[in-house]
Amino acid sequence: MTEQAIKAMQPWQDDVYDALKAAGIGIVSYVPDAGHARTIARAIGDPDMEAIVLTTEEEGVALTYGAWLGGRKAVLLMQSSGVGNCVNMLGLVQSCRFPFLSLITMRGEWEEFNPWQEPMGRAVPAVLDAMAVEVRRADTPEDARDLTLRGAEDAFGKDKGIAVLFSQKLIGAKVW
Amino acid sequence: MADARDNLLDRRKAVVELLRDRGELLVVCGLGSATWDVAASGDDARNFYSWGAMGGAAMIGLGLALARPERAVTVITGDGEMLMGLGALATIGVRAPKNLSVLVLDNRHFGETGMQASHTGLGTDLCAVARACSVKRVMEASAMADVAAIREALHRPDGCLFARIAISAAEHERVMPERDGAKIKDRVRKSLGLS
Repeated sequence: MTEQAIKAMQPWQDDVYDALKAAGIGIVSYVPDAGHARTIARAIGDPDMEAIVLTTEEEGVALTYGAWLGGRKAVLLMQSSGVGNCVNMLGLVQSCRFPFLSLITMRGEWEEFNPWQEPMGRAVPAVLDAMAVEVRRADTPEDARDLTLRGAEDAFGKDKGIAVLFSQKLIGAKVW
Repeated sequence: MADARDNLLDRRKAVVELLRDRGELLVVCGLGSATWDVAASGDDARNFYSWGAMGGAAMIGLGLALARPERAVTVITGDGEMLMGLGALATIGVRAPKNLSVLVLDNRHFGETGMQASHTGLGTDLCAVARACSVKRVMEASAMADVAAIREALHRPDGCLFARIAISAAEHERVMPERDGAKIKDRVRKSLGLS
């Protein structure tokens, strides 16, 4: 495992995973990000969890819909740059009233060394809002845990699209 | 004028055969002609019709197959729709649920938009892609007997299946199913005993 992934394994990520379990999530799909490294590692190691690695984030959006058709709750983990890859697929939140939950680690906003991350990072809330996905922002470890649990309950209990953004200040700048 | 395509399968006949005596089979359709073909074969509460989300059918099928491992799940889509989500074959190949099959009705054209040639008409071999993505069971149909063999395989969940069905580019009447996405979704869920 890389130094950056280890560094990113902060204790609050365990709380996030526990919140997903408490909410009855049975499938975790992901395009990896260091900020999700602990959550992904726990999903892979959990015999009661399906951990699905994706080639692009929109696959995870469609996967979430299919799982819900069959009665199972899924969450999509991605970095902010992936939001742009999901736009058309998110239309089914409105046209089919599918529930949708995503946890999104932010880039381009705090001690970001890479300016190429900034345009999509800046656009994330507007893009999600345009597709009727409600945006909730976690700035502290407590937020990350509570908003994950509440987001899952609201998404699957009220047929809503919900994205929880984990701020870059919470995650820490990418280490190189 | 004689054309090599004249010998290819009729898409409607092929889909009617694939869904004959379908039992409890769950079907996810790609948008456009694949949805019209499945609707024309007989409406069923277990059909998830698509009117959008191009490129997503195979992944919707994967999600459903993971949620319902005891049920056979079949994705029926077109070459254009599959090509838009080609990475899904890699994702499916990794997990390879035994109860999932992905069937591509390949007419080598974008049929809904003016019959432009698609990549499969210009060199892309979808069966080779599926194999390269570690999908173990790959079948191909160019005659109705092959279609019948694929139909049997759908009901024999002994490995994730990819199949290409070589169809003619001839167009059929559009048979349009329910268009309200929430109703389509809720009906599938209700057929599985979900509220």
